[in-house]
Amino acid sequence: MGKLLKVQDLTVRLGERTVLEKLSFELGAGEVLAVIGPNGSGKTVLLRSLLRLVPSTGTISWAPGTQIGYVPQKIAPDRGLPLRVREALEAKARMLGLDRSEVEKVAETAGLGKELLDAVAGLLSGGQFQKLLIAFALLGQPNVLLFDEPTASLDELSEERVYELLHHLQTERGMTVILVSHDLSIVFRYATTVLCLSRGFTCAGPPKEILTPEALESLYGAPSKYYAHHGEPPQR
Amino acid sequence: MTAGDAYALSLAVLFAVAAGLVGSFALSKRMLLASDVLSHLALPGLGIAMLIHINPLIGGATTLVLGTLLVWHLEQRTGLAADVTIGVVFATGLALGALVTPHEHLLEALFGEFQPLSLPAFLLGALAVGTIVLFLFRFRDALILSLLSPELASSTGVNLSRLELYFLLIFSLTVLVGLRFMGALLASALVILPAATGRRFSDSLSQFLVASAAASVLAVLIGFFVGRHFFPTIGLGPTIVLVSALLFVASLAFGGKQRAGA
Repeated sequence: MGKLLKVQDLTVRLGERTVLEKLSFELGAGEVLAVIGPNGSGKTVLLRSLLRLVPSTGTISWAPGTQIGYVPQKIAPDRGLPLRVREALEAKARMLGLDRSEVEKVAETAGLGKELLDAVAGLLSGGQFQKLLIAFALLGQPNVLLFDEPTASLDELSEERVYELLHHLQTERGMTVILVSHDLSIVFRYATTVLCLSRGFTCAGPPKEILTPEALESLYGAPSKYYAHHGEPPQR
Repeated sequence: MTAGDAYALSLAVLFAVAAGLVGSFALSKRMLLASDVLSHLALPGLGIAMLIHINPLIGGATTLVLGTLLVWHLEQRTGLAADVTIGVVFATGLALGALVTPHEHLLEALFGEFQPLSLPAFLLGALAVGTIVLFLFRFRDALILSLLSPELASSTGVNLSRLELYFLLIFSLTVLVGLRFMGALLASALVILPAATGRRFSDSLSQFLVASAAASVLAVLIGFFVGRHFFPTIGLGPTIVLVSALLFVASLAFGGKQRAGA
């Protein structure tokens, strides 16, 4: 299978600071790549550079015809904004030249009920707003989803639902997913490949090879715990 | 009412529509006050034009556009928030305006006056309003996405810094249309007050746009008749603004769609 994404020698500097240095990796269609690493290691910057929202050097080549959907890190919606969920989704649909009916379809996939489509965006709960962001990302039928900490500040139930949806999109629709997460048990459960970022240290490979106590200690600078699939005992 | 008066009143109503629409977006962007002081940048231009006896609007337009570009440029170059750069440029502009405006014209420049309009002047003003409405229609989706989240907007292909510049220029154009009626100090009040009123009656953007434009037109019409009958020697700016303020007070009693804390 051809590679969907090839990144070669990606370097990003923000002001004086080098956030990513000569990073190289590849991603095949249908894979779930989890990006892990301590705060400030450049995980969000990596996603933003893949979207070409920050200046970078090196090469980022997406396979022809790739459509990207992006779910940014937790956004605090402006509670005073008189904007309904439907208006926000329809604005993107119009920009992409899509039919209005697409809005209803992505809302349904993301689990946004009809009553929520007519709600004021700024007054949604954290979990509901996350669904809005996912529906927003799904407009335009992307084949790649970039997820930046999709469950930060969500309660456990909402978190579980978001990951179930993510899993569904990957298995049923063959979507490729790039996921930034702090939650190592989620990474272990859903990722097919793990990319770890830390200043001066990067590694990549399947979760079972990467998520070893030794590697995690090098990455985070302290012993880390996670719960493996099917209730296996915690590591370390 | 003469034909010139009718043209002037019609343009004032068109200005009210533009001001209501622009105000809705400015309020949603939380940049009402920042945009407000931008309008005062017209003052030095008005003053210089009066000094050298050319059309005051040409002078006002020149300093307004130059000031807007300066604000945008400073914001992009220094990374300072729009309100900081606007504050600096505004204070300079107002001081300069007060120095160069001939004393006998200062009140008129600050608060506007109602004079009959020629047909070409009306058409020019109507063209400006048409441009404002077309811009908002053309860029409404980009504006909506930038309101929801600048990050989402840029990931959808919106050039945020260009959008910001266009919006500031459209705001300035709106102020320019209202300058003759409202003066440099009050022209932007019709962008602020009706939007504040409209917000009380709406919880969707489409309702908000209609409610703000309606509140704005109502303020101009009532302000015009009150001004002409009771304060014929004073420009329309103060009466229109006072009527707008009364409408806002009334909205506190009757409007209720804005949630507490929102």
